[in-house]
Amino acid sequence: MRYQTDRQRVEGLGSAKDGTMEWWRQRITAVALIPLVFLFVLPLSRAMGQDYDDVLKIYEHPFNAIVAVLFFITIMSHLRQGLQEVIVDYVHGKAMMTIALLANTMFTTLIGVTGVFSVAKIAFGG
Amino acid sequence: MADVNRGNRPLSPHLSIYRPLYTMILSITHRITGVGMAVSLTMITWWFLALAINEKYFELANAMLTSVVGGFVLIVSLWALSFHLCNGIRHLFWDSGKGFELETAWRSGLAVLAGSVVLTIIGVLVSRGVF
Repeated sequence: MRYQTDRQRVEGLGSAKDGTMEWWRQRITAVALIPLVFLFVLPLSRAMGQDYDDVLKIYEHPFNAIVAVLFFITIMSHLRQGLQEVIVDYVHGKAMMTIALLANTMFTTLIGVTGVFSVAKIAFGG
Repeated sequence: MADVNRGNRPLSPHLSIYRPLYTMILSITHRITGVGMAVSLTMITWWFLALAINEKYFELANAMLTSVVGGFVLIVSLWALSFHLCNGIRHLFWDSGKGFELETAWRSGLAVLAGSVVLTIIGVLVSRGVF
């Protein structure tokens, strides 16, 4: 027997507290990534294999730099959410789950920050 | 509502009970490509980092990524990206409540497979400077 009223149960959203936000975040970033992925991969596929100076020129251009920064920010969120979903499904035990989730947050944040910092440094000509 | 039955509910059959369908393969492939692209993204981020550091480091990263092994990984990644993109759009349609009919889901799955191959080929051609 639970001593909780219906209203409390609904308002509290259970132990997860924010159930729908993760679902929405995954969809919003997914939609944003549809155009971003084309805009990011197109110059990248051309840049790979070119000389240092030519590649620098590509990412010194504000358009390519802004797209790359937007891509890294969005993919950081989308990847973190996606990997989290897989971890929650396949990793068992509270300790392992906590470690995996922490590692996931650190990894995806590191990727995102490294990507944004690198592109910014290139674009600002440093 | 306060007396919802929790814990004594019937269990739905485990996945291995069902006859494998190709739509099930597509479903798990969406996850595999998603997780796999974490590796691709790490490689590409490293390439950007090298570009930001100096020419010598960039030459190394660029040579690694455009080597035979690196190139193979990138082409597989390109297919994974194309698949994940097409199937992701399929998922967005499902999220809005459309395309759940068996026949439609079956056909949209075929479209995803075809689309992923076409996008990969276009991507390879673009990277070779064809377009």
